Amino acid sequence: MSRENTGQTTGTTGLLFEEPTIFEQSVPGRRGTSLPASDVPEFNPCEAFGRLTRDTAPALPELCEADVVRHFTRLSMQNYSKDVGFYPLGSCTMKYNPKIASRAAALPGFADTHPFQPESTVQGNLRVCWELERHLAEICGMDAVTLWPAAGSHGELTGMLMIRAYHTMRGNPRSKVIIPDSAHGTNPASAATCHYGVVTVKSGPDGLLDPAAVEAAMDDEVAAIMITNPNTLGIFEEHFKDVADIVHAKGGLVYLDGANLNALMGVVKPGEIGADLMHMNLHKTFGTPHGGGGPGAGPVAVLKELAQYLPVPRIVKRGDSYRISEKFPESIGRINTFFGNFGVLLRAYAYIRELGAEGLAAATRMAVLNANYVRARLEKAYDLPYKKPCMHECVFSDKLQQAKGIKTLDIAKRLMDYGFHPPTVYFPLIVHGAIMIEPTETECKDQLDRFCDAMLAIAGECEDQPDLVKNAPSRPFRRRLDEARAAKELVLKE
Amino acid sequence: MRHLPHTSEEIAAMLSRAGAKDLDTLFKAIPKGLRCDAGLAIPEGMAEQDLWKDLNAVAMQNRTMSCSSSFLGGGAYRHYVPAAVSELAGRSEFVTPYTPYQPEVSQGTLQAIFEYQSQICRIFGMDVSNGSHYSGATAAADAALMARRISKGRKKVLLPENMHPEYRHVVETVIADEKDVGNIPASAGHIDRAALSSMISDEVAAVFVQYPNFFGIVEDLRDVAQAAHEARALMVAVVPEPIALGILNPPGSFGADIAVGEGLSLGLPVSFGGPTLGIFTARRELVRDMPGRICGKTVDAGGRPGYVLTLSTREQHIRRERATSNICSNQALCATTAAIYMSMLGKEGMRELASINAAKADYAKKRLASVAGVEIPFEAPTFNEFVYETARPAADVLDALLADGIMGGIDLGKWMPDMDRRVLVCATELNTKQEIDGYADALAAALR
Repeated sequence: MSRENTGQTTGTTGLLFEEPTIFEQSVPGRRGTSLPASDVPEFNPCEAFGRLTRDTAPALPELCEADVVRHFTRLSMQNYSKDVGFYPLGSCTMKYNPKIASRAAALPGFADTHPFQPESTVQGNLRVCWELERHLAEICGMDAVTLWPAAGSHGELTGMLMIRAYHTMRGNPRSKVIIPDSAHGTNPASAATCHYGVVTVKSGPDGLLDPAAVEAAMDDEVAAIMITNPNTLGIFEEHFKDVADIVHAKGGLVYLDGANLNALMGVVKPGEIGADLMHMNLHKTFGTPHGGGGPGAGPVAVLKELAQYLPVPRIVKRGDSYRISEKFPESIGRINTFFGNFGVLLRAYAYIRELGAEGLAAATRMAVLNANYVRARLEKAYDLPYKKPCMHECVFSDKLQQAKGIKTLDIAKRLMDYGFHPPTVYFPLIVHGAIMIEPTETECKDQLDRFCDAMLAIAGECEDQPDLVKNAPSRPFRRRLDEARAAKELVLKE
Repeated sequence: MRHLPHTSEEIAAMLSRAGAKDLDTLFKAIPKGLRCDAGLAIPEGMAEQDLWKDLNAVAMQNRTMSCSSSFLGGGAYRHYVPAAVSELAGRSEFVTPYTPYQPEVSQGTLQAIFEYQSQICRIFGMDVSNGSHYSGATAAADAALMARRISKGRKKVLLPENMHPEYRHVVETVIADEKDVGNIPASAGHIDRAALSSMISDEVAAVFVQYPNFFGIVEDLRDVAQAAHEARALMVAVVPEPIALGILNPPGSFGADIAVGEGLSLGLPVSFGGPTLGIFTARRELVRDMPGRICGKTVDAGGRPGYVLTLSTREQHIRRERATSNICSNQALCATTAAIYMSMLGKEGMRELASINAAKADYAKKRLASVAGVEIPFEAPTFNEFVYETARPAADVLDALLADGIMGGIDLGKWMPDMDRRVLVCATELNTKQEIDGYADALAAALR
């Protein structure tokens, strides 16, 4: 129960600064960098480039180093971040990011290497990539991995291109992809980018994919099904194997969206239960930081039947040395420059090495325990549309609070006053007013209790003081922002 | 496990509250036959200090650019990163949040991205910028898809031979149909204008150009823009080295409708080529067709200024299969880093840095050209990179240089078999005159 039942919220406005834009602080003549004296003959751009010479330098702001440091330090203070506290954003797996991983990525031995260096001079980098591929393949129960997709959706696109290549090789690229209505928006968008039509199948009343519905939608023009498992309701798709069999029987492939892999490590290997290929999000499951929206990385793992289509380059091990090879004629080609988001790969490598087999499995167990605990504590105060036991996240709705005219968005904003980042809201789309909570394994019971206490207090406020909730937040740096105005009166730069 | 806080007492209490008798019960929804009981064949975990030791040992298997003389470029350029940039960009308030879906508690990231968009527009001379893309090459691929979408029905994109080969490959992979891609040949390192006019038609959605191009050449592209526009196609400019725009006319000035670029040079470590920063800009009329997150300015309920992600009805989480792109996560931290770097550099700093890069490369070009047996095949102004040719295979020349501790450049034969005696050389502010002279001497010895 609550530690202090004083009715006080714990969010605080703290010592925050109204911060003008960097341009408003610019004073002509100031500068923040020094350049060394030139040791080569003077160079005259006008002489070299003639009319292609720029008339006036780009109007970047002019400030001293200290001004720039204060500006961005003050801006940083306006952010809520994982290092500040609980961040239960469902489907995003906001676990704590170990600092050793970032320190590893900054090691000059890695950071000061170039993608076009001779192979013999980057054996360390290639070893990291090769070993990371092996570890990810093992976790997924797959045979081969590409590390180069820069994000989950980029991994999906890569997977779809491989599916197209696979079917094209068999004489018909096919035209459709089956996607459940509970899927992430990136799934249909990735399929469409790859020129596939999308067939949506409805989830059953229990929130699960219904094998009969898939059977009905399945024909010779279906290239693949994309399934998120556990699904976006946080429920394990228990008919996964049956659905996979149905799709395989008509020559289709099974793509697994691995955004929720944090619920499966050491428990289920997707490659062993019918998935042919999948992406994973290193910035979710493998502890690399989200950076306010990226960079992440979305490696794709495949069974050996699909390995020939993997993007190039591929890392090949011969004896004790590693080589970079592009000699894969069936490959879909290159999907990014160089070696993807290498610095992110390095962080995930450090994470997996530190946790090891037991640690990864324990992380999954604690993630599932935490979600079930939160579910149990909140299920009386908030509507739980699907009653099945949850995996790593649970989805509530605003149904009970709507009686007082309170919406999910209001509850989310009120949580800020209590010092928490809100959960994911209004997703999945199949739950009206969804509130999707993913605590992750790095949170302790006390933290979960404080969050649940806040959620219960808000449920109480919805009854007694609905206006307090409707007008939230009042404690953060800004009150509710006018998103409609932003989209109507576009101000996208200064 | 130091990252798992649970004590056995807490686990017991939580299980009891959740109505489960043990941890296994929590997984009862997974049919028995679908579980892997064997565990994971991954090495045991390790203590932090052992991991650190191990990672250092792996890093030692690399040779860094700083421990050599590096003249490698080709889309990944080495620049000095001021201490304040890495210090600020490493603040966990920037590093550890998610995408700013909740603007009231994300104003720091949002304002930084707004300032990034503003600075990028000023450098590129374009109207609008998104909040970042994965990389220059994936931005180019999304620009191709965007041009096809806008032109409704036109499917073909024309890619010049003097565009970075990896960028070209990425665009080709995403277009996934070779008849929809035309390769404009290069003549003396420049876009072959006659070939371009014969290829352009009412099936072409976009004509791509690279500026400066893959051979380092700074090409006047106004006539290419004109040709594209006369055929009602878009011109997409690709800029792998935005520092060049400190002294060169920006894409907006020569008619680009979409301009993309690689922001790795803007304060990020080269780091084996990533994380990168995809820059994506366009003319104002095209903003609703742009891919990716865009940050806009607005006000809060109290009338105070603030920032939000906007125009989200273009995006996959709303429009699903009808979205302008499938992109979701981008490279926000890289964009934040670039915003800090550009603020540190400032107006004059940007111009001076560009001049120094050009001066170093110009000196290197003249110095290497003076070596017996070295030819400069393309007569044209270049920015920070240039091509030289010898009578020997480039691979052999580069091996000989490496033995002298010099990473001498890129063997163009890697992509263009008829150019296997040509080397692409880059110099930046980090290359000293002494290094360049050393390169010339070593090259002379290698060719002797």
